[in-house]
Amino acid sequence: MSQGSMAQTASSAVDYNMDVVRWGALATVFWGVVGFLAGDFIAWQLAFPALNFDFEYLNFGRLRPLHTSAVIFAFGGNALLCTSFYVVQRTCRTSLFGGKALPAFVFWGYQLFIVMAALGYVLGVTQGREYAEPEWFVDIWLTIVWVAYLAVFVGTLLKREEPHIYVANWFYLAFIVTIAMLHLGNNLAIPVSLFGTKSYSMFSGVQDALTQWWYGHNAVGFFLTAGFLGMMYYFIPKRAERPVYSYRLSIIHFWALIFLYIWAGPHHLHYTALPDWAQTLGMTFSVMLWMPSWGGMINGLMTLSGAWDKLRTDPVLRFMVAAVGFYGMSTFEGPVMSIKSVNGLSHYTDWTIGHVHSGALGWVAFVSFGAIYFLIPVLWNRERLYSMRLVAHHFWLGTIGIVLYITSMWVSGIMQGLMWRAHDQLGFLQYSFIETVEAMHPYYIIRATGGALFVLGSLLMVWNVYKTIRGDTRREAPIGVTAPAAAQ
Amino acid sequence: MLLKKHHFLEKNVFFLTLGIFLTIIIGGIVEIVPLFTMEQTIEKVDGVRPYSPLEQAGRNIYIREGCYNCHSQMIRPFRDEVERYGHYSLAAESMYDHPFQWGSKRTGPDLARVGGKYSNAWHVAHLDDPRSVVPESIMPGYPFLANTELKFDDVADHLKTLRMVGVPYTDEQIEDALADLHLQATEDAAYDDGFLARYPKAATGDFDGNPEKLTEMDALIAYLQVLGRMVDFTTYDPSKNLR
Repeated sequence: MSQGSMAQTASSAVDYNMDVVRWGALATVFWGVVGFLAGDFIAWQLAFPALNFDFEYLNFGRLRPLHTSAVIFAFGGNALLCTSFYVVQRTCRTSLFGGKALPAFVFWGYQLFIVMAALGYVLGVTQGREYAEPEWFVDIWLTIVWVAYLAVFVGTLLKREEPHIYVANWFYLAFIVTIAMLHLGNNLAIPVSLFGTKSYSMFSGVQDALTQWWYGHNAVGFFLTAGFLGMMYYFIPKRAERPVYSYRLSIIHFWALIFLYIWAGPHHLHYTALPDWAQTLGMTFSVMLWMPSWGGMINGLMTLSGAWDKLRTDPVLRFMVAAVGFYGMSTFEGPVMSIKSVNGLSHYTDWTIGHVHSGALGWVAFVSFGAIYFLIPVLWNRERLYSMRLVAHHFWLGTIGIVLYITSMWVSGIMQGLMWRAHDQLGFLQYSFIETVEAMHPYYIIRATGGALFVLGSLLMVWNVYKTIRGDTRREAPIGVTAPAAAQ
Repeated sequence: MLLKKHHFLEKNVFFLTLGIFLTIIIGGIVEIVPLFTMEQTIEKVDGVRPYSPLEQAGRNIYIREGCYNCHSQMIRPFRDEVERYGHYSLAAESMYDHPFQWGSKRTGPDLARVGGKYSNAWHVAHLDDPRSVVPESIMPGYPFLANTELKFDDVADHLKTLRMVGVPYTDEQIEDALADLHLQATEDAAYDDGFLARYPKAATGDFDGNPEKLTEMDALIAYLQVLGRMVDFTTYDPSKNLR
């Protein structure tokens, strides 16, 4: 597609605002490690409950939202801020709208949001809505920051020097607009006092539940999918030096994806007190969602046509392509799990946790790592990364970690689901609940070990990024013995 | 062909943004709005009432500690769940829950009908040190609840806020809120006809075994002990509530 090549001929005469992109890259790495560490810690808590220390500020119930918000909003959010600000400037061949101040406000305002939310969780200030835990005053602050973000992004699109808006920007725009709608819709609440932290949700029970999962599922659909597809559409063609495979496919799967995703929320509420018609609607759209999801995967993978050999020599591209592979896998698993009879087994079990992590670790984190490894030398004007070998080690540590994580959660989730519903010959329940908890123990250890490998890999990234920014280069032979040229 | 016309959107930020907005707003409108307008969304049942001040205080602690991360409050209509936990949950049972706490994960068992299943003393021991009563449990201990005095002096403001979002608290209930908060945790409550009329089926008494002070433990147990006990299922006819 022609815009892909246009995007690559960005003029060096433009005075790009790269400060905020550099901060965003560092914040992504920092919050990534914080979020992964928090996740692995709570994974060990489930294996060894003594790690809760009976201490209110460290118990699982308060740290789990800290982990989910740290990885989704702090790590993922900064990756999106950073890459969207980079991509929109390069593909529009213009600097960010709002001068230096407005983008800086977006960045620092967002970090303040993260810190306020995290402190709230530890202190017990929460709305009790999954992935929307921050209380009303934090929500208002995020709304202000988000409006500024939208203004910077749309303002930059408006003053573009390219005739077309590049496909990556459609996805980023859909992500920003939809998250604004979801955030406002799901956080309607009335504070008890203007000087207190507590508020009560406007909705209750069944209406509250569907509003929450309309939000919750589309936090996945737009924060963790549409935004990161934007990342895929810029960085994979760039790194592979190939145009996007199909322009038509990108149009069809873009509109189909954003239309269908919104309907999928009720699959989180199968067999609950949500009316059946809503459940059926949610299931139907979730299954249909498989198609546009794979449209994105196909467009990402087929962009590698004629450049597959680079996977052997370029571990950065390997990260991005493996991410698209994980995306394809988890967007197949998702529709399967949304089928009511499958969901009857999988819901409430670790299978869901494994599914989320194949998407979060495999897709979101891996494509972000690829983008970060791409960006760091560019942003700090370094010839190349400190070490490509370290990137390769990071890749394998991360991949083995994910495989341990998701396979152990498949086994424990399906096993627990089957144990719950098992009846003996006399027709009594075969297992007490606590017997099913006990059976999880080995899998919780395997999962936490996989998580530890993932953390270890991310620490290699920290070292690599630090050394690259310092300007060091490790003397090492190019990866891939038979490769004609070096990786860089 | 339609795809050729897509150039228009690719060159016009306003219409691209508008197109995105119109595309993403439809699903939510079709699925969520009818839940507010269709009468049969919430079953007609007897017995569901607003939480008493102490129960609401306990509910806020339940939310603060993130219990929903591991415990659901939503029993599905499966043979094993009904045998394990009791009658499947009705939408009516959470109609005064702001926010809902149906949960999404059962690292621990469902709590929708935990009320009345265990004694207060069991709950105190279990919350203080779960492994003292269930050796294989992986739940964190909450010993600090019994040592922390309940701070809920602004309880009337909380009830007023809840009334603003649709919970039908009466003026009387709001007036007596602070007194009811303390009354429920005493033995006297069981003989107070006014209190029992305001909050039928409320569990009463000194929940945490320490009559000296009203603690967060009192509140949390008062909440747990009412869960799932409000609806009278002897008068409930599921065939009249097909949705």
